[in-house]
Amino acid sequence: MSAEGQVWELLAGVPDPEIPVLSIVDLGIVREVRREADGRLRVRITPTYSGCPATDLIRGLVRQALDGGGFADALLEEALSPPWSTAWISAAGREKLRAFGIAPPEEAVRGARGGAAAAVSCPRCSSRDTRRVSEFGSTPCKAHYRCEACGEPFDYFKCL
Amino acid sequence: MSTVAAPLAERAAAPEAAHCRYVLRLADTSLVLGQRLAEWIGHAPALEEDLALANLSLDLIGQARLLLSYAGELEGAGRDEDALAFLRDAPEFLNLTLAEQPNGDFAHTIVRQWLLDAWQLEIYGALERSSDGRLAAIAAKSLRETRYHYRFSSGWLVRLGDGTPESHERTQRALDALWRFTAELFAPDEIDEHLNSRGIAPRLPQLAPHWSARVEQDLREATLARPATQPYPWQGKRGVHSEHLGHLLAPMQHLQRSYPGARW
Repeated sequence: MSAEGQVWELLAGVPDPEIPVLSIVDLGIVREVRREADGRLRVRITPTYSGCPATDLIRGLVRQALDGGGFADALLEEALSPPWSTAWISAAGREKLRAFGIAPPEEAVRGARGGAAAAVSCPRCSSRDTRRVSEFGSTPCKAHYRCEACGEPFDYFKCL
Repeated sequence: MSTVAAPLAERAAAPEAAHCRYVLRLADTSLVLGQRLAEWIGHAPALEEDLALANLSLDLIGQARLLLSYAGELEGAGRDEDALAFLRDAPEFLNLTLAEQPNGDFAHTIVRQWLLDAWQLEIYGALERSSDGRLAAIAAKSLRETRYHYRFSSGWLVRLGDGTPESHERTQRALDALWRFTAELFAPDEIDEHLNSRGIAPRLPQLAPHWSARVEQDLREATLARPATQPYPWQGKRGVHSEHLGHLLAPMQHLQRSYPGARW
């Protein structure tokens, strides 16, 4: 396997500190692994929400993984552009979120302002009869919902 | 001293100084507004709104960190985001005067937030196309978050304005009290004009009608009246503040000033 492939595999094993069922690769945080002209590897990562308190921790975890995996000389860079969006969460990542009890983002259904809720599926019973309780939840990336069919309160990974 | 006699180094540094000040203005508006919102934690009318205001605060402080770090690099004096946030006094802060106004009741906080969210939508929307790639990247990232903030604040503006007689009356009162700070939002000075000439910053008077139209439309939906009072051209972005900023900075900066370099 190429060195780039090894780094991708290595980083796919780094869990997101807030939602550990997801890796930072599932979340779309790792943007690029590239070999430079001088032979060094360059790894580019991107922050999710500006206010995400886990950003510094994630950078540290990536560094640690690179150092521990034999890539201590790899450069680690942060890129803001193009801005991260929930559309970058992989299909596998979305399934892992659902299995964990968090409704994955549904980019096609953006909620109207005020009380109206977007039609989000309940991660427990799949019903679309759900209600938005609050646009903001336990972390900057989540909103709070409740399923009217099965009564389950759940987090929804909000669209950005 | 006349400007003619300005030393060469100072003249050469002037464009960078203007650039730095421009970025600081954006940074400080986000930081100060974020700090104000954080004052609600544990005090909001409902748990959901407590979470919402804290989340908005986190986003704004996150944006401020990106902008402050950049301003520090432009300044080139070795000050990082923390030095700029915690070790400057009020006259060195360049935030819009509206951002530092006290929280008041929930209606006051919502009206202040909504006016500034609508302002940030225009500013970040324009800065996304800035010739300064770093600023454009920060703006593009912040714009997505601002859209979410605006949806929240404009949603509450309508619920409160078009709500009960009491919520309507209190929201109108908040609007009447805060309207006088809005003249500063799109009033350009020589820094704005200089950066506009370099393709970095937008022309503020061109953005003002868009902001106005959005605000008018929301006010109609909220059954609120646009205040007749003439807004006064405050100069927070030039470091001339209302009496409230110092009181906001005191608790925010106390720890770093009393225990320099303290870390978690």
